[in-house]
Amino acid sequence: MFTSVLRQLTPALRAMVVLTVLLGLAYPLALTGFAQVVVPGRADGSLVKRDGVVVGSSLIGQSFADQPQYFQSRPSAAGDGYDPLASSASNLGPESPDLLAAINERRTAAAALDGTPPADVAPDALEASGSGLDPHISPRYAGQQVDRVARERGLSESAVRRLVEKYTSGRTIGFLGEPRVNVLLLNLALDRASGTAD
Amino acid sequence: MPDTLAGLLQVGALIAALALCWRPLGDYIARSLTTDKDLKVERGIYRLVGVDARSEQRWTIYAASVLAFSAVGVVLLFVLQRVQEHLPLSLGFPGVEPGLAFNTAVSFVTNTNWQAYSGEATMGHLVQMGGLAVQNFVSAAVGLCVAVALIRGFVRSRTDVLGNFWVDLVRVVVRILLPLAAVGAVVLILTGVVQNFSGGVDASTLAGQHQTITGGPVASQEVIKELGTNGGGFYNANSAHPFENPNPFSNVFEIFLLMLIPVALTRTFGTLVGDRRQGLAVLGVMATLWGTLVLAVTALEVNHHGTALQAAGAAMEGKETRFGEWASALFAVSTTGTSTGAVNSFHSSYTGVGGGALIFNMGLGEVAPGGVGSGLYGMLVLAIMAVFIAGLMVGRTPEYLRKKITGREIKLVSLYILTMPLIVLIGTGIAMSFSSTRASMLSSGPHGLSEVLYGFMSAANNNGSAFGGLSANTNFYNTALAIAMLLGRFIPIVLVLALAGSFGRQQKVPETPGTLPTHGPLFVVMLTGVTVIVAGLTFFPVLALGPLAEGL
Repeated sequence: MFTSVLRQLTPALRAMVVLTVLLGLAYPLALTGFAQVVVPGRADGSLVKRDGVVVGSSLIGQSFADQPQYFQSRPSAAGDGYDPLASSASNLGPESPDLLAAINERRTAAAALDGTPPADVAPDALEASGSGLDPHISPRYAGQQVDRVARERGLSESAVRRLVEKYTSGRTIGFLGEPRVNVLLLNLALDRASGTAD
Repeated sequence: MPDTLAGLLQVGALIAALALCWRPLGDYIARSLTTDKDLKVERGIYRLVGVDARSEQRWTIYAASVLAFSAVGVVLLFVLQRVQEHLPLSLGFPGVEPGLAFNTAVSFVTNTNWQAYSGEATMGHLVQMGGLAVQNFVSAAVGLCVAVALIRGFVRSRTDVLGNFWVDLVRVVVRILLPLAAVGAVVLILTGVVQNFSGGVDASTLAGQHQTITGGPVASQEVIKELGTNGGGFYNANSAHPFENPNPFSNVFEIFLLMLIPVALTRTFGTLVGDRRQGLAVLGVMATLWGTLVLAVTALEVNHHGTALQAAGAAMEGKETRFGEWASALFAVSTTGTSTGAVNSFHSSYTGVGGGALIFNMGLGEVAPGGVGSGLYGMLVLAIMAVFIAGLMVGRTPEYLRKKITGREIKLVSLYILTMPLIVLIGTGIAMSFSSTRASMLSSGPHGLSEVLYGFMSAANNNGSAFGGLSANTNFYNTALAIAMLLGRFIPIVLVLALAGSFGRQQKVPETPGTLPTHGPLFVVMLTGVTVIVAGLTFFPVLALGPLAEGL
């Protein structure tokens, strides 16, 4: 058997080189060419610009911690929070004391910030996402933040609520995935509505 | 629309899409692997590789070719990672440490795609596309070749030869994987999966911080990651990362891709053996197991049993808002049932029993519906065992597809079935025996055992997903899991090829009224029972100590 394997090494090496050129170079280069010609914006990461400056990606969440005038994102386990160079989940188990402590702490903080009764705080405000880069929050959590954001910005509650609705997506074709609110796009729209530059 | 109805429609849409492709793709694969005609590009490749496309191999040479090709793959991928700092598109990353580079090379060549590294912090673009993505293609192709060789063993009689590995390999890549991947990648690009060579774009966030928006040839790799049941993410967060899986449509499309070939292969099998009901029976078993687990895991997640999850009010830890519990559970069961190991949510944070069900799904031997090729040959091995047990019960010589199951065949089948559990249980036992290796566990108690058990289960079954709390980038785990992946991949492959050789030499026996039909509902029930009982008896004790102790 061993000598049979040795005898096959030459075709093996040749096949690997040929297939690497085909699958490892030609194929990804052709697709990159296609993507860059047909949908360059998406292929480059759906970047969002304001006044010509890249402020993020509509697909990648950001941290708005300690910025009460903005809608808050979910807790994140990616680096120090929303670091795309360290995408990660917490990987804590369902009985983890650390996870339980974190959930209680977040509940207290969210209840204090938004005036939500502690028992009602939306789960996605308490639990970290899989990627640590989740760009969305649930419509329920967004709803809990409307009063506070309106107050901080001096906007009417109804104006803020209208913006939340605008950046809420339902389930795709009615039944795929879950309803969600894009936090970065919503916060950008809020800045435009408030007329603040930053 | 109520959540449950939407969730069920989502599952139904996936099933409908797979059902639509089952027949045309299954028949296309059958034609591609039996035709006498070579494409021009294939003839060119045969010349470059130096093989005679008309020559055929005995099972030993076929196996030697698989092993030689895989060995070359490990060496080249290891070297590529080690020297990446001297290559273009390295993004400034240094060469990968030897232990990690070895583990990763083995992981991708064995179709496991266990990742002890974080993609965005370790691998440059050239290593990703020129090394890792290439193995995504060819490791899947190897699995399909072995399955086809086994089918030839059933179909042929009184012959020593099973086809030519190099021809099968080239045909699978050129006619099946590459065209499907190209179409799938275009779809993913249109949904927003990134495809560029950027080294990262600096963004000034609204909160006044800086964020590096990463880039890379992601879509071209993402598609074959699913289609080839590989699972190695471009980024650490895998298919939970919005750049790999941006929205609910891309999500269900990725689940569709990872199920597509394993499901269609049941049709290929039925077509090639000349009795399509045989393929339907195998599909029936796979669908029963998959469907049951999808409903069970979804129900467990929606009910979010567990102290921390109940405190939060939902099992959304490690899950993305756009997917929620239904689309996450659907992905999780499909990825652990196909040996893919891609994840769109993090299994370690699932409910205790939900996580245990995912471990059990792998423990079935990756047959529901299993990896590309490996799922089919795994299920056929179990079918032979089921026929054998039925033969014992009624006292007749067992036959499958008009081939006698003699002592030699049943020995090979038994060795196949024993290999994976031995690797898993011995590996887990060793890892739990030393305080230094237990230190890699994030959790203590039952969840810690589940982390280690999941690791060895994933490696030995060539799945690649993880209970990610385990710090696996240590010398022990890099080496032990690499050994588990190698043994878990190549011992079964050699046994299956030996089985194919053995069946190929036999003459077909005529069917008699005493022959057990292997296409009806009775056989589906028997085969499902054998599959569940073999895995259940093997893994119940360790599951009781880990996930069941945690979840009940």
